[in-house]
Amino acid sequence: MSVDLNAVRRIAHLARIEVSEAETPHLQREINAILKFVEALDTVDVEGVEPMTSVIPMALPMREDVVTDGDIAPKVLANAPMTEDGFFVVPKVIE
Amino acid sequence: MTDLTTLTLAEARDRLKSRAVSSLELAKAHLEAIERAKGLNAFVAVTADKALQMAKASDARLGGKEAGPLEGLPIGVKDLYATEGVHTQACSHILDGFRPPYESTVTANLWRDGAVMLGKLNMDEFAMGSSNETSYYGPVASPWLPPNWSRERARAALGSGKRGLLTPGGSSGGSASAVAARLCLAATASDTGGSIRQPAAFTGVVGIKPTYGRCSRYGMVAFASSLDQAGPLARTVRDAAIMLRSMAGPDPKDSTCSPASVPDYEAAVGRSVKGMTIGVPREYRLEGMSDEIERLWARGAEWLRAAGASVVDVSLSHTPYALPAYYIVAPAEASSNLARYDGVRYGLREPAPDVIELYEKTRASGFGAEVRRRLMIGTYVLSAGYYDAYYLRAQKIRTLIKRDFERVFAAGVDAVLTPATPSAAFGIGEVGSDNPVEMYLNDIFTVTVNMAGLPGLVAPAGLSNKGLPLGLQLIGRPFDEETLFTLGETIEQSAGRMTLPEPWWA
Repeated sequence: MSVDLNAVRRIAHLARIEVSEAETPHLQREINAILKFVEALDTVDVEGVEPMTSVIPMALPMREDVVTDGDIAPKVLANAPMTEDGFFVVPKVIE
Repeated sequence: MTDLTTLTLAEARDRLKSRAVSSLELAKAHLEAIERAKGLNAFVAVTADKALQMAKASDARLGGKEAGPLEGLPIGVKDLYATEGVHTQACSHILDGFRPPYESTVTANLWRDGAVMLGKLNMDEFAMGSSNETSYYGPVASPWLPPNWSRERARAALGSGKRGLLTPGGSSGGSASAVAARLCLAATASDTGGSIRQPAAFTGVVGIKPTYGRCSRYGMVAFASSLDQAGPLARTVRDAAIMLRSMAGPDPKDSTCSPASVPDYEAAVGRSVKGMTIGVPREYRLEGMSDEIERLWARGAEWLRAAGASVVDVSLSHTPYALPAYYIVAPAEASSNLARYDGVRYGLREPAPDVIELYEKTRASGFGAEVRRRLMIGTYVLSAGYYDAYYLRAQKIRTLIKRDFERVFAAGVDAVLTPATPSAAFGIGEVGSDNPVEMYLNDIFTVTVNMAGLPGLVAPAGLSNKGLPLGLQLIGRPFDEETLFTLGETIEQSAGRMTLPEPWWA
C-alpha cells in the first residue's frame, strides 16, 4: 500500500501536526518508503495466531477502589504555558 | 593518585567503603571531566550543586549503617527520566522548560541506594533514533576517534558541527558517550528497539535491556509502552549488574512492573558457564554481512565453548519480520502516547486563534522531523480501515517471534548469542538522510528482543578492522538476567577489558 498527497494531508490532520504544502511531497516519499519496508509482513501466514496483548504473562494487579492522591492542583498546573484561577487556558472553543 | 574517573563503579564503591576516597572527591573529579568534555555534548544539563550536596550527604552516611549499595557513586541520567525540579525533556523542543513535580521510580531507587546525580544526558528526541542526531540539543560525539583522524582534526570538528566525528549510536547516545568518556561511573538509559545495546556496541561499553517489567516505567517519558524498558550503561559487566539491581524492582505505580523480587545480579558475575547451552540462530546470518562481524560472532561462540558451555545451532524463523513489525507497533504506540503534547498542559505552546490550530502549530514546531514522521505512520496504521492490515497483523507476528524464542528455550538453550549491530559506529551526518529505513536497519539484531519482551545484554567483544569497538549480544529467558551477566563477563574476560580512548576532547 502507498499513500497519495491527499492521504498525507489527512494523516497530518489526524495527527494534529501542521504540514506545509512544500513539505507534503517529501513526507509522502518518506512514509511510502516505510510502508514499502513493512510490506514484507504480508507474506507471513498469521491464520489462527493470537495477537500479542501482553509480552510477559502476568495478572493485572488490583487495589482498593479509593482515592490515593489529590489536592495537588498547583503541581498539576505548574508547567502549563497559560493558567488562570487554577485552570488551564485555551482559545475559546464554543461560539 | 590515580585519576578518579578511570575507576570502575565497583572499584569506586570499594574505595568509598574503605574511606580511601570521599564521595565529594569523586563528584568533583567527574564534574571537572564533564566541564572539559563540553564539546562532546553528552550532557544537556549539569546539576553540579545537587551533585556536591548529594555527595556530602553520602560522605556523612558512608561507614554508617544507612549507607546504600550505591552510596556516593556519581552517575548520569538519560533526559527521558523524570527528575524532580530538573531538566526533563526527552531532548524535545515540545517539552521546553518542563520541570517534573515528581521523580521517576528508577531514579528514586538509585537515590534511595545512595547514588549521586551529575546531570541529564543527551538522547534522540523521544528516544526515536539510532545516532543521537534527532536530539533538539544537537548530536553527541563519540569519544572514539574516526579512523585515521588526528586529535587536532577531531577537536576542530567538535567546534564546527561535529560532521565526520563518530556517533555514539542512539537513542541513549549521551549516556553511552558519557560512560565511555569517563564523565560518569555509569548511566541510566532506555531501550525500545535497541537504544541501550546499539550505543553500548558503538562505544565499547556494557548495556543491558532487562526483561519487560523488570524496571518500573513510572516517570519515564513514554515512547512505545509495550516495548520500553529501563536499563543501565556501564564500563564493565559487574558495574551493569550493580546498577540494574538498584534500578529494578516492584512498583505499584506501574501495573506492568513485575512483583518479583530482584536477585543479587553481582553474585552472578564470575559464576561458571560450564554446562550451559548457547544457541546461535542461523537467521541472524544476514546476506552481505561483513566478514569482521561474522568472525567476531564465531570468536564469541568459541570463547563460551572454551569456558565450558556447549554451542548449538538454533532457528528463530520469524526474525526477518521483527524489524518491519516493530515499525508498525512502535509508531502506533508513539502516536497514542505523544498525543499528550498539546501546548496546553506543559511545554511549548504556539499561539493560535482556535484550539485545533493551537495543537497543530505547537506540534509542528515542537516535534522534530523524525518524530513527526513516526507519529504520522502510527496515526495511519491505526486509522479506520488500516488497523487490521497493519497493527493487528504486526501484533500477531509478535506472537510468532516470541514463540520462536520459547521453543528454543524449551529445548534447553540457556541463552542466544548474536552480533549486536551490523557494523561499527558510523559518522555524524552519514546515514539515513535520503531514506529513513537506512537508519532503522541499525536495530536489526536488537529489536527482536523488545518484540519478545526478553532480556538482552551487549558486551564489548573486540575491535573492527578500522579499530572501532564491536559488541556481541546475549539474549536470555524472561527474568533470567543472571545468566546474561555470567555469560557477559565470560565474553568480557575472553576479549580482554576494552581500552577506552584517551581524552582528546579535553
